[in-house]
Amino acid sequence: MSGSEPLLKVTDLSVEFPTDDGVVKAVRGVSFEVGRHEILGIVGESGCGKSVTAMAIMGLLPSTARVTGSIKFRGEELVGLKPREMRAYRGNKIAMVFQDPMTALNPVYKVGSQLAEAVRVHQTVSRKQARARAIELLEMVQIPQAATRVDSYPHEFSGGMRQRAMIAMAIANSPDVLIADEPTTALDVTVQAQILEMLMGLQDQLDHAIVLITHDLGVVAGMVDRMQVMYAGQVVESGTADDVFYSPRMPYSIGLLGSLPAHAGTLERLKPITGAPPSLINLPAGCPFSPRCPIADSVCESTEAQLVAVNEGHLSRCHHVKELNEMPEPLRLFEGVVK
Amino acid sequence: MLFFVIRRVLVSIPLLLLASIVAFILVVNTGDPIEDLRTKPNVPKATIALREHQLGLDKPVVERYVTWLGKAVHGDFGKTIKNKPVWAEVSRSMGVTLRLVLFASIVSILVGVLIGVISAVKQYSWFDHGATTGAFLLYSLPVLAVGSFLKYVLAIRFNRWIGRGDNPLIKTIGESTPNFCTKSKPYNCGFIPSVTDFLSHAFLPMLTLVLISFAGYARFSRAAMLETLNADYVRTARAKGLSERRVIVKHAFRNALTTIATIVSLDFGALIGGAILTETIFEWHGMGRVLVESINKIDPNLLLCWFFVTAVAVIVFNLVADFAYAFLDPRIRLD
Amino acid sequence: MQLPPDDDESSPPSGAAASLVPAEREFTVEQRSQWKTTVHRFTRHRPAMVSSVVFVLLMLFAFVGPSFWKYRFDQVLKKPAGANADWIRPSWEHPFGISKGYDVFAQVMRGTQYSIRIALVVTVVSVGLGVFVGAIAGYFRGFTDAVLMRFTDLMLVIPYLAAVAALQRNVKGSTWLWLALFLAFFGWMGIARVIRGEFLSLREKEFVEAARSVGASAPRIIFRHILPNTLGPIIVNATLAVGGAVLAEAALSFLGLGVKPPDTSLGKIIEVGKSKATTYPNEFWWPVLMLCLISLTINFIGDGLRDAFDPKQNRVRA
Ligand SMILES: Nc1ncnc2c1ncn2[C@@H]1O[C@H](COP(=O)(O)OP(=O)(O)OP(=O)(O)O)[C@@H](O)[C@H]1O
Ligand SMILES: [Mg+2]
Repeated sequence: MSGSEPLLKVTDLSVEFPTDDGVVKAVRGVSFEVGRHEILGIVGESGCGKSVTAMAIMGLLPSTARVTGSIKFRGEELVGLKPREMRAYRGNKIAMVFQDPMTALNPVYKVGSQLAEAVRVHQTVSRKQARARAIELLEMVQIPQAATRVDSYPHEFSGGMRQRAMIAMAIANSPDVLIADEPTTALDVTVQAQILEMLMGLQDQLDHAIVLITHDLGVVAGMVDRMQVMYAGQVVESGTADDVFYSPRMPYSIGLLGSLPAHAGTLERLKPITGAPPSLINLPAGCPFSPRCPIADSVCESTEAQLVAVNEGHLSRCHHVKELNEMPEPLRLFEGVVK
Repeated sequence: MLFFVIRRVLVSIPLLLLASIVAFILVVNTGDPIEDLRTKPNVPKATIALREHQLGLDKPVVERYVTWLGKAVHGDFGKTIKNKPVWAEVSRSMGVTLRLVLFASIVSILVGVLIGVISAVKQYSWFDHGATTGAFLLYSLPVLAVGSFLKYVLAIRFNRWIGRGDNPLIKTIGESTPNFCTKSKPYNCGFIPSVTDFLSHAFLPMLTLVLISFAGYARFSRAAMLETLNADYVRTARAKGLSERRVIVKHAFRNALTTIATIVSLDFGALIGGAILTETIFEWHGMGRVLVESINKIDPNLLLCWFFVTAVAVIVFNLVADFAYAFLDPRIRLD
Repeated sequence: MQLPPDDDESSPPSGAAASLVPAEREFTVEQRSQWKTTVHRFTRHRPAMVSSVVFVLLMLFAFVGPSFWKYRFDQVLKKPAGANADWIRPSWEHPFGISKGYDVFAQVMRGTQYSIRIALVVTVVSVGLGVFVGAIAGYFRGFTDAVLMRFTDLMLVIPYLAAVAALQRNVKGSTWLWLALFLAFFGWMGIARVIRGEFLSLREKEFVEAARSVGASAPRIIFRHILPNTLGPIIVNATLAVGGAVLAEAALSFLGLGVKPPDTSLGKIIEVGKSKATTYPNEFWWPVLMLCLISLTINFIGDGLRDAFDPKQNRVRA
């Protein structure tokens, strides 16, 4: 993938929501690129701005949101496009799968007609052709008896089937980029694996790029090419999957890995990060993770860290990158914290 | 669907039966229809007994109910205390009231839903603030105040202002001009004059009913619409790249409609109360008048028929709303 | 946490932590702080605050006013020299004028008092009935629920103003209390439905499971555990019920089917005054205005309470 122009290039993206209680800085200076046929994982705990980032790319944020920075799709700027212009990309070049399949489908229309609608917005085809395409799409996402299921209502589908239908809707117009925002969080563990596998299979088949958003590192393990960890609206670490998994250089990523059963298996027990993320209205002066960080010092509490390169393509936002580099077992960082 | 309809209709028959029992109990406890006769001096016992027999008061309550019911199912609702057929009186006044209520409901539902939907779509705009505040005020104001204000203040001034103080364009009393179409005035008997006469009488009462009830619909539709506008499936619809118009109409409004259909029926009871008051303010001879007179004069059969007819209306309205809901929402099981 | 306590959007979810706390005591601690934020939210609702003040003034006007006013409602006044009408226009002495020898201001004061008094009785009784029926139906579900809800449906089929009017016709002597009781008896169904819904969902919550597992009796679970959690909807509905009752009573009395002398009410005064609405407006419009004021203030207060108790519905009025 290296060398080719990025499909999607996000530069210094910030999103703020003015509210009664103050300005919520949901996303702050996020940059990343997604190349052709690449899978980018975005990881972070609840409220760190993953969905807001995704919605900004789709142009689906509420009109009160203030979006700055740049989002380029194949070199075309998306920030500041008029709604009408943005519609040409939505569901066509860039498509999205949402977190909760139980509510994401319209309960009053048949699944098939919702799929056909997605087809007909961007392609001039007859009703009949759209319906045929809907059946084909349902087959692609491995819904049994697609030809009859096309006439079912969403409430007649199970959670997993609905998510399949959502994915079918997203690939209806063969998008270049598929954003999957926690596509499996609301599903059974067994169904989760099937859905992820199917997403991989479809990607091989259709050759689109995927932005896979999750708060569960276990989901992205072994699936993504590159990943980035977000905290309090910022990217705190990014690199190849191997970089972040095997040599994390930001205490927050380490904490996330520590709470992962696969990793924790080598340790004695799970070491979760204590405390809660900061309020996005009154952000602390220094590193936003410092109140929860085992190696934070006065510098961390007073000045914000910059993203610095650890290696080629591996970035970390931590004042103590060097120490982490020298630490024999950085993954044991949190052991002293939880007694 | 047909099966569903039939089953629902059958289920509402016992409800109507129970309602008629409640109505009968109410009527029995309204008072003694021949109290006057009893308290008058020098009325022979035989006269009282005869009157009691005529009205069926000498029989036990249960027997009276069964007798009444037996006749009622055949469409015979008995005689008023003035010995006129009850059904003729009730059906005439029901015609008067239905014209008023149906027209007013249709207008207020259309206007209310439209305003509610627009305010939700343009949430926090000046239109929304204006409509929401206006609807809130109208919703809170008593029918009594709105009707009286229209009648005594606006209509009278308006008629004077256009120079028709003596022969008002907007009539404030009655549902039609008395002796409007007679042999001496044949020119009044055509279609256009009678419609004009009706409209000039009906304008104020309808306006009153529309004003007080559209506000409720507007508030409710706005809330329902705001909810669906924030629903996940509307976000999905936007993510497909649909036009905003299609997102609003086909996805948000179509779903809000299922909720709106329920409130339209629930409000019917309130509408009856509003109609009674409105008719009284504008001195119409409709169901409101029948109710007041049958209670004041203690006219059991008339009152009973009134209760029965309104109960039927409420049940039918609820059924229609049920059907609409089932029709609009595929999640309702029809079997 | 640096967030103001009423911020419900960006604060990390506290629901998970809260539902894991089964102990009764800690539960009430959480409740107390919730009350504080509710009160705080209410005070930020300006129309509701203004309305509260106005409503308190109205109560003073109705209940305390008569003892300070120089004329009693039943005091027959002599016609001033030269006046030959039954109705005399307002003056400083008689702000609403005189009608047939009576001071209208004193009449309206007393009418307001009766209207509010009736409404309060209606509210207490109908809310009590509604909560009782709703709680039992929602808690026990099944057959009990089915029977109670069919009964509720039945009561909704009979237009309630008419039902009350029919019963009220037969009342002799003091009428206002009976009117209030009748209105309550035919007006509890809405609250019952709301409370039933609350109970249906609350009875599945962890803290109820916990209470049940330690063997708490049904009445104890209903009153000690579930009912306190439905206080929000109860208060909101009770407030709105006051407004509804004032209007219902006024409507009936206006139709001539409500209170009878010697009792009075705003509706009664309006009924008496309506024949002179254009020639002698004071006896008609002042009570109408009073009625509007009561209804508006109560609806605003109810609105503020709803926002305060249910912040998710913020600014969604329905
Ligand atoms: N419309 C909005 N107005 C105000 N704040 C908002 C709005 N939308 C999102 N936020 C805030 O932005 C922050 C980031 O939200 P976001 O939905 O991106 O989190 P997330 O990382 O997707 O979390 P989750 O894992 O729970 O989905 C949150 O604190 C949220 O409260
Ligand atoms: Mg999210």
